[in-house]
Amino acid sequence: MTINNIWVFAQANGDVPTTGTLELLAKARSIGASVTAFVGGDAAAIAGALGEHGATKVYATGDLAGKLSGPAVSAAMKAIIDGGDTPNVIMFPQNYEGRDIMSRLSVKLDRTVLTNNTDIAESADGVIATTPIFGGNSLVATAFTGSGPHLVSFRPKSFVAESAGGAPAPVVAAPIPDLGIAGSAKVLAVHVEASSGPKLDEAAIVVSGGRGLGEAGKYALVEELATLLKGAPGASRAIVDAGWVPYSYQVGQTGKVVKPTVYIAAGISGATQHMVGMKGSKNIIAINKDKEAPIFGVADLGIVGDVHKVLPQLIELLKSRG
Amino acid sequence: MNIVVCVKQIPDPATPGALDSATNALKRDGKLILDESDGYGVEMALQLVTTAGSGEVSVVSMAPNGEMSGMRTALAMGAAKGVLVSDPVLAGSDALTTAKVLAAAIKKMGPVDLIIGATESSDGYTGTVPEQIAELLGMPSITFAKKVEVSGTTLKVNRQSEAGYDEVECQLPALISVTAGVVEPRYPSFKGIMAAKSKPVETFTASDLGVTATGWAGSGQKIVSVTQAEARQAGEVVEDDGTAFEKIVAFLENLKVI
Repeated sequence: MTINNIWVFAQANGDVPTTGTLELLAKARSIGASVTAFVGGDAAAIAGALGEHGATKVYATGDLAGKLSGPAVSAAMKAIIDGGDTPNVIMFPQNYEGRDIMSRLSVKLDRTVLTNNTDIAESADGVIATTPIFGGNSLVATAFTGSGPHLVSFRPKSFVAESAGGAPAPVVAAPIPDLGIAGSAKVLAVHVEASSGPKLDEAAIVVSGGRGLGEAGKYALVEELATLLKGAPGASRAIVDAGWVPYSYQVGQTGKVVKPTVYIAAGISGATQHMVGMKGSKNIIAINKDKEAPIFGVADLGIVGDVHKVLPQLIELLKSRG
Repeated sequence: MNIVVCVKQIPDPATPGALDSATNALKRDGKLILDESDGYGVEMALQLVTTAGSGEVSVVSMAPNGEMSGMRTALAMGAAKGVLVSDPVLAGSDALTTAKVLAAAIKKMGPVDLIIGATESSDGYTGTVPEQIAELLGMPSITFAKKVEVSGTTLKVNRQSEAGYDEVECQLPALISVTAGVVEPRYPSFKGIMAAKSKPVETFTASDLGVTATGWAGSGQKIVSVTQAEARQAGEVVEDDGTAFEKIVAFLENLKVI
C-alpha cells in the first residue's frame, strides 16, 4: 500500500503551531504523498506555518466554543471522511487532546489504534509503527492489518521538526456536526499554572528530584540548582503522586519526554516509567544513595551519595563562581 | 448513585515483564494483581457513593482466563459486586475490542450514573479504552480528572491540561478517567478481605455479550518484530567521598554548559 493521503492532527499555542505538530508534519511528508493538517479550532493564524512545514491543505473546525476536542474533532474528521476524503493514515500527538480524539474516532470508524510510538514506516507488511517497551529496552514493530484510516499516535520528540519551505496551506472548513449528549461536556474555565524559566521539555538542562529527597521541602534544592544552571526543574512520578510538585513537573511515560543536553537526576532510582521520559538526554548525571539503583545503568556520571550533602555543596560552588 | 469502575488485573510490576515467544504478547500466566492505577478509581468511587449517601460501587474486568484475584482487591476495598468477562478468545484483543467488551458488560449491569477508569493501564498503556467506552455508550466523558465533584446530576471535574487544568462540567450519566494521586487509595481491611470472598462476581463470555471479532483476529494489528533497542552505556560511577560535587562541576564545564 502507498500512503497517498496522510493527516496530522495539528495543535497551536496561540498563533504558533506546537513543536509536536511540526515534528509530526516533518515525518508525514517523508512517508506520505500529500499531507493535510487537521485543526480543532480556527486555523487562519497558523495555516502559513503549517504550509511551510509541508501541509498542502488545512481542515479547521472553527472555534470549539468550550466543547471538549475528543467528541468534537473526531466527529468533524468522521464527517470529512464520510464526504469522500479518506486518509490512509492519521497521525496524532501522544497527549490529552490527541488521545481523546483518536479514541473516539476509532469507535466511529471501527479501526484499531496504535499508541505511544516513536516511528512509522511502510514495508511489505503494510504500515508499521514502532513503540519502545520495558523502559525502552525492546522495540516492538506492529503492522496495521485491516484497511485504513490507520490511527497512530507518537511520543513527543520522536521526529525532528524541519521547515519544508512550503507555501501557506489553503484552509477548508470542517464543521462540527451535532454531537448530542456525548459531546455535552463544557469547559467552564482554564487555569494556567505559573512557571518561570525555560519550559521543562525545551530546556537545555533539566534537574529532576525524586523520592530520595525525603521530604517535599527539600525539592527547593532541585529548584535552586535548576535556576543556577538556567535549566528547568523536573520530577519523578513518585513525588508528583505524593503531591510535592504539580503534574506539569513530571518526567516519564505519563509526563513529559525530555532530551536536554544535561539531565541531572537527584534522588531518583530510575523506574521504567521515569526512564522512558529521559533516556534520550545527551548526558545524564545521577545522584543516589543506592548504588544498585537502575538509574546508574544509564548515567554518564553516577554519584553514589547523599543528595542532601551533594546538592548543597554543588549549589555553593556554582554560586561562588558567580 | 451507582458507579462502575473498570479495573485491570496485571502481572505484578515488581517482577520483570516478559513476552510470550510465540505471540509476542505480554506474559500473563502468573498471579495477576489489581493495577495500581485502578486503586485510585475504586477509591474515588467509594468516596463519591459515601458522599451521595446511596447507591453502590461495582467493578468490571476482562481477562483471557478466569483470574479474579485483582478484582477481589477492589471488592475488599469496598466495592459491592463484580462482573468478569473471561474467555480464551479474548487473548490478544486490542484496546477497541476491550472497550466493546467492557461497554457490553456495563450495559448488562443495570442503570449506571458514572463510569470510572484509569488514564491508562500500567502494563499495556494504550490509554484509549475509557474514551472508547464513552463513545460506544454515547456518553459524555472527561478524561484526566484530577478533582471530581458530583452535586445532584451535575459532574464537575478539574481536568489535567498541558499548562495546568481546565474546569469541565457535564450531566450524569458520564465517564471519567482519573489520574494517579487524585485520592489516596485505602488499604483493604482484614474484615474487607474476608467479606470480599463472598461478594457476588458474575462471569460472562465474549459471546454472552454478543462481541464476536475478538483476540488476535479481530484486533486489526499484528506484531511483526521485537528487537533489542540500542542500549545506553553506563558511564563512570563513583562513591561520594565529600568531593563528588567537584566532579559534577568538571563534567558540566567539559560540556561547556557552565
